[in-house]
Amino acid sequence: MLKGELKRGLLTENPIFVLVLGLCPSMATSTSIENGIGMGLAATFVLACSNVIISLVRKVIPDKVRIPCFIVIIATFVTVVQFLMKAYLPALDKQLGIFVPLIVVNCIILGRAEAFASKSNVFQSLIDGVVIGLGFTLALFILSFIRESIGSNKLLGLKFLPGYEPMTIFILAPGGFFTIALVMGLIRHFSNRKRSA
Amino acid sequence: MESITSLIGISIGAVLINNFVLSRFLGLCPFFGVSKKLSSAIGMGMAVIFVMAMASSFTWVINSYILVKFGVDYLQTIVFILVIAALVQLVEMALQKYSPALYEALGIYLPLITTNCAVLGVAIINTGVNQLTGNPYSFIESLVNGVTSGVGFMLALILMAGIREKLELANVPKAMEGLPITFITAGLMAMAFLGFAGLNFFK
Repeated sequence: MLKGELKRGLLTENPIFVLVLGLCPSMATSTSIENGIGMGLAATFVLACSNVIISLVRKVIPDKVRIPCFIVIIATFVTVVQFLMKAYLPALDKQLGIFVPLIVVNCIILGRAEAFASKSNVFQSLIDGVVIGLGFTLALFILSFIRESIGSNKLLGLKFLPGYEPMTIFILAPGGFFTIALVMGLIRHFSNRKRSA
Repeated sequence: MESITSLIGISIGAVLINNFVLSRFLGLCPFFGVSKKLSSAIGMGMAVIFVMAMASSFTWVINSYILVKFGVDYLQTIVFILVIAALVQLVEMALQKYSPALYEALGIYLPLITTNCAVLGVAIINTGVNQLTGNPYSFIESLVNGVTSGVGFMLALILMAGIREKLELANVPKAMEGLPITFITAGLMAMAFLGFAGLNFFK
């Protein structure tokens, strides 16, 4: 069951490439692998914790005010992440800037709360939060790998290819759009071929 | 004290140089979601400008007179998102009651705005330092920043909607149909907007 869930989070329901949610942080923070993975793990933490709490209180919350309640729960965990990052990873916190508090409005998290955690038991919600979060992290890793290696000729801050002049456009705003478009196009191309074969 | 030049600098910065969608990557979900038709793009743009103006003035007041004053500014994220959610709800109810015509036009976009990161984004940017003057944003400056950031969002949205309406007729490779080609279009637009970085007022 766990394996199937993992496959769902990473591939068939990948939040960025398949569901196309959470675009803003994924483009803004995928300029280097470090930022991308940092953002992915922070969002995974918030997603897993908020899924658990929302699933615990799902029967207490009246249906009409559920969205504000969800948002408060999510915002609480985001504040926790902000504190932890400021204390232990100040450099990463500076790099990610306003995108750390903006995890609150990441549509993946509210989307999972609404579509899954508010209807399922605690354990399932925890698993769902973790696998979807890992899917988000994987997508960010792919994007940031492409962007960092092409755009600044580095991998994790180390020199990548000698004698290659980096195309800076890939770590600027347009590069984010191009990279995600190409990765999505590739995924569609292969899944179309698989379907027709 | 605000000088007119500072306000003009903020406006040009927010609309062109640091365009919310194309260079700061804020509000991408509605940017791709609501840009299929020109008419809905205009409606969404107006709603965003309105909510951003309200949100940036309210959060500025709450931040400087309550949060900072009592030393609880770590609650910013929670308070801001609640204020924005409440504000959107209030605006929706008020419009429904007093201006049904406007509600008809903007109504369906309003609930979407709560989770639009552009609105929370501008509220958080307003708590930082104004790069133009090196001081914290004053009330007028943050209001201007809110409105003009909304205008920048609307500009990008309308340009995109215009292009997408034409794109419907274009012959696109099968794997790139729909969203991927839209991303490429956005990338090209972002490249064009990079040119405005030459208008640098900040340094």
